[in-house]
Amino acid sequence: MSSEDTPKDYSESPINLEYFYTAGSATTRFLNQVKEGNIVGQACPKCKAVYVPPRGSCPRCGVATDIEVPLTDKGCIESFTVVHIPIPGNPIVPPYVCAMIRLDGSNISFLHLIQEVEIEEIRIGMRIQAVWKPKEEWTHSLENIKWFAPIDEPDVDVATLRFQES
Amino acid sequence: MKKVAIVGYAQHPILKNAGALNEVELIMPVVHQLFNDLGISQKDIDFTCSGSCDYLQGAAFAFVEGLSAIQTHPPIKESHVEMDAAWAMYESMLKIQMGDAETALIYGFGKSSPGDLDAIISLQMDPYYISPLWPDRVSLAALQARVLLDQNIITPEQMLATVIEARANSKNNKNALITDLIDESNYLNNAMVSSPLNQLDCPPISDGSSAMIIASEEKAYEFTDHPIWIEGIDHRIESSNLGSRNLATSKTLQASMNQLNFKNIKFDVAELHTQFSHELPFLKSLLNLQDIPVNLSGGPLVGNVMMCAGLDAIGKTYEALKENQFTHGLAHATSGPCLQHNMLVHLEAQK
Repeated sequence: MSSEDTPKDYSESPINLEYFYTAGSATTRFLNQVKEGNIVGQACPKCKAVYVPPRGSCPRCGVATDIEVPLTDKGCIESFTVVHIPIPGNPIVPPYVCAMIRLDGSNISFLHLIQEVEIEEIRIGMRIQAVWKPKEEWTHSLENIKWFAPIDEPDVDVATLRFQES
Repeated sequence: MKKVAIVGYAQHPILKNAGALNEVELIMPVVHQLFNDLGISQKDIDFTCSGSCDYLQGAAFAFVEGLSAIQTHPPIKESHVEMDAAWAMYESMLKIQMGDAETALIYGFGKSSPGDLDAIISLQMDPYYISPLWPDRVSLAALQARVLLDQNIITPEQMLATVIEARANSKNNKNALITDLIDESNYLNNAMVSSPLNQLDCPPISDGSSAMIIASEEKAYEFTDHPIWIEGIDHRIESSNLGSRNLATSKTLQASMNQLNFKNIKFDVAELHTQFSHELPFLKSLLNLQDIPVNLSGGPLVGNVMMCAGLDAIGKTYEALKENQFTHGLAHATSGPCLQHNMLVHLEAQK
């Protein structure tokens, strides 16, 4: 059998598409504040839930979150995981901790890193605060926050953080 | 077949580039407008179905994010088609026929501005033999235009007339993107994109969204005094292998015409999802629509939101029946290269 006759059970067909991505007008307002070192969530005018980062709408109510809510950079760990697998191109050396961060006064959590603490000590409900990069490095990104680090405050019972309809 | 009616339709102004507005921010205004016009809320909707294409956004499961525009608490029944929202309307129609819903909200959305539409659309082709060649949508349309011209099924004059008329008709559509008029010399001096199609024969890159509500006979009159009835709906598809198709006709469209009993209907108005200028005279002759107003809204040549333009043809037919003394309307939606997949919808206003 010549090589042309050899059955082939797959073919490669690489796809590369480029996009000009836009964050949306609500997220743009949020990122403009992040550039200045402020975290400003957005509240739903109907159910009052506070979203950070805001995506433009309250997915419960289907309306625009047009109420700006300045937030602190303090909160607690709602959940976390210890990452042991190195990811190509990622400068952080495993093991490290990724956590769902629930900022005070908000109703959803977002993903960020936890550092400046022994992994064994990290727990759900632990109080934490943002550690910011130097001001001159700030851009339109939550990467302006290097990571979150524990602060000396009593743990929070995360069960109490469940969204209560007003 | 259970009687089902269109009770409302809303369209976002078609934009060349929605800029910072994301898809959710495009969908919310049309859904809210529809609810406000009818004085209802998501609680009155039994089934929600959307049409969109994740490749347009360049994000897997992007359609799920689209749902953030809809009130989903308490939980709703919903579905999605990776197709033009005309097919989301078809799925909703089936849902009502099966007795699973009495009312349905349909929405479609698409931003063509962020990516390379030619490259994106070529990915809908057969992944083994055609997509790796990255054929662009205009060149594929041009293949069919060339066949139709060579066989004298259409003429270059008809293509020119289609372009001029679409722009003249754009005055009937407050959401049209292209509204400037052109004359013959503008057209003839326009550079070819893919022979025989020049820039003006092709639809504009468009961003936007649309929404529609349909309801069973029992519910329709609760929403409006003037429902427009869906008397017939049928969709069929040609082979995915371009080489095995006769591009000069469409057996599947003819089958749909028979299914909808076209011989016995005198249509008063039609809106066709004809994205390229040659497609309008071709379908007019195939569907026997020579003597009636077609694409009074200007059609896709004055605004062509991907994944919406088919639903818009249905919506514009609905509007034409509602606002004029017409009784029978025909809407057409299409998908795939060279009018591969077609849907026909027969709408009727009861006077």
